[in-house]
Amino acid sequence: MTGGARMVLHIVRKEFYQIRRDKRMLVVSIMAPVLQVLLLGYAATTDIRNSTLVVCDMDRTAESRAFVRRFTTTPYFIGKYAVDVPGEADDYVEKAKANIALVIPAGFGRKELAHKTAQVEVILDGTDANTASVLLSYATQIVASHGQSVLAGVKTVMRGGERIPRVVPEPRIWFNPDLLSSNFMVPGVVALVLMIITMTLTSLGIVKEKEIGTLEQLMVTPIKPYQLILGKLLPFTLIGFVDVAIVLAVARFWFEVPLVGSLPLLFGLSGLFILTTLGLGLFISTIAKSQQQAMLIAQFFFFMPFMFLSGFSFPIANMPQVIQVVTYIIPLRYFLEIVRGIFLKGAGLAELWPQAMALLGLGLFIFSLAVSRFRKTLA
Amino acid sequence: MTAMYRALRPIIVKEFRQIRRDPTSLGMLLVLPAAMIILVGYALDFDVKHTPLAIYDQDRTVESRAYLEKFIQSEYFDYRYDTHTYAEIEDHFLHGRAKIAVVIPVSFTRELIAGREAHVQILVDGSDANTAGQALGTAVGLTANYSSRLVAEAFARRGRGGYAPIDFQPRIWYNPDLISSKFLIPGLIGFIIVLTAVVSTSLTVVREKERGTMEQLMVSPLRPVQIIIGKTVPYLVISLVAATAILILGYLLFDVQIRGSLLLLYAAIGTIIVGALGQGLLISTITDSQQVAFMISVLSSLLPSFLLSGFIFPVANMPVVLQVLSNLAVNKFFLVVVRGVMLKGVGFEAVWPQFLYMAVFAAATLGISVVRMQKRSA
Repeated sequence: MTGGARMVLHIVRKEFYQIRRDKRMLVVSIMAPVLQVLLLGYAATTDIRNSTLVVCDMDRTAESRAFVRRFTTTPYFIGKYAVDVPGEADDYVEKAKANIALVIPAGFGRKELAHKTAQVEVILDGTDANTASVLLSYATQIVASHGQSVLAGVKTVMRGGERIPRVVPEPRIWFNPDLLSSNFMVPGVVALVLMIITMTLTSLGIVKEKEIGTLEQLMVTPIKPYQLILGKLLPFTLIGFVDVAIVLAVARFWFEVPLVGSLPLLFGLSGLFILTTLGLGLFISTIAKSQQQAMLIAQFFFFMPFMFLSGFSFPIANMPQVIQVVTYIIPLRYFLEIVRGIFLKGAGLAELWPQAMALLGLGLFIFSLAVSRFRKTLA
Repeated sequence: MTAMYRALRPIIVKEFRQIRRDPTSLGMLLVLPAAMIILVGYALDFDVKHTPLAIYDQDRTVESRAYLEKFIQSEYFDYRYDTHTYAEIEDHFLHGRAKIAVVIPVSFTRELIAGREAHVQILVDGSDANTAGQALGTAVGLTANYSSRLVAEAFARRGRGGYAPIDFQPRIWYNPDLISSKFLIPGLIGFIIVLTAVVSTSLTVVREKERGTMEQLMVSPLRPVQIIIGKTVPYLVISLVAATAILILGYLLFDVQIRGSLLLLYAAIGTIIVGALGQGLLISTITDSQQVAFMISVLSSLLPSFLLSGFIFPVANMPVVLQVLSNLAVNKFFLVVVRGVMLKGVGFEAVWPQFLYMAVFAAATLGISVVRMQKRSA
């Protein structure tokens, strides 16, 4: 073994001593990912099912009841309350006892039979714009399909028996047929957790030595800067991979997210991602003077924007053009595409090489930038 | 009162001086709200638009083109690819280049002219469940719309006017245009407060512990309560400034107005700041290193107020266990108050239970912190 490698090993051993001595730190870096995945996996759900519906049916005919049944037989709405006056329905929505109110005025059934337009009203609380727009879109679809079937019935009474053309959509959902949001969110959490843990550990680990003054001591030893960096980063890389394994296990076995693609590929590409996060951690440590600063920088300049702009929960295609351009320099964006692609679509390197190249490029760039800054601070 | 003030003054001055000497952190604490509000206001939109679309038109007639034009014109879809096989569609899906595809069969026009049902396939990449669900809904809606027009034309040919069977009138309260920023920006206030107050307080106290200067403060004639007040007042001021900045920027940039009482709003902001400071202090009494303090702060404040408070994901959709757990996120109650006051203009009588909870939370965290600090100093 060469002297250089031995030097690195010494530092690695020192790091492990330090990690072992700070038991709480170790527990946190193993427990935190599990907790985060469990929490995020359950909480980050965009499924909107079983919304409470309050019905005000002032018509009370077979037709109006059939119309209401179109709502209550979907998984989206539960017909929980029935009221007699529209004002009461308003009250349910206002007090948030119901998510949506359906008001059917008297004469609904008569108009349907007479081939006249019948009025229907829904009331929604728009405060939560997302929930409201999803519910509104469900309601619109139900009303549209009811309208279609009414018209289909009309043709039979038309004289001459002319047929009426229709276009019928047949949806097929690939990769996640039940549209479970956990299948989408949980693989994303894997990426997020990996980023938070490795970046935090790296930046804090180095800044702490700066604060205590031991970095000065290391500098006056014959250890070269690259050996120091390698020695400090290797243990964090190892912890990073252990976290990947734990988090993947939770995703696969607890949340039962199907892993269609290759596990070794996932680990390999995780390595590329860790290259970028360790680089960013190192970079932060060269700017920050204290651990408090390091954390503020990491949190506000990296975690927050990454979380919002990587496509973790908000689709990138929705963002304004200028901001879409910014997302290209966010490593998490590429890793999310990789993790989700491998998990759900069984994508291989043939599909994912652009993302892998982007990660490699970003990783090398960030890393060399961080290392050169780090050398300067040491010099 | 004056004696109290005289005792507190030096420590508040000291803390402010320390913050001023670290302009990077102070700058971040103040720039952050502005950056976040721009991010949230401009970048984040729940409404799923511009879903990349692929088309596989086996029929290639005027009729099929007219139907597809509905998709191409819609702002909900971005027409990207004209494909010729299913394999091509699958390839676009696998690369993530398209998320939805419309397949028109050869028989499309023939069936329509014969007055029969023409079936079109709508293929969706379901991996992003939310986008997929909404895009599918829009596609089905567009199809129904197109279909209704065909029906109306058929009626017209028979010499009868077409009619819409149902006149659908949605009424949306408080936020009729369903603008995401109106929902997110009030929530952002609580999120930023919890973030800055909990993290800053816990780290500033633990730093003094790490350096040993806490001992020095303890042996001074100051009582623990005075040390606590002195150390937290500066962060109270910073948080108030940050909250005000969000309110002003939200109004100027995104027209988020305050319908209810400003006094009530600030009472809520004040209460949650005190609660968050208390939480930060409590964390600092449990741990001795900034690394651990930060991790605990993230776990107990950042994540819950991001995930469990209803800031982005509705609490009602979560499993029951998590709904119970969400009560630990003080931000959840704050959000109800802020959204109520800002968007709906409700008064104190509608949100007093949430106020009560926030007050209890603040009293509990502060109380336990003081007791724990007194024990240490004894």
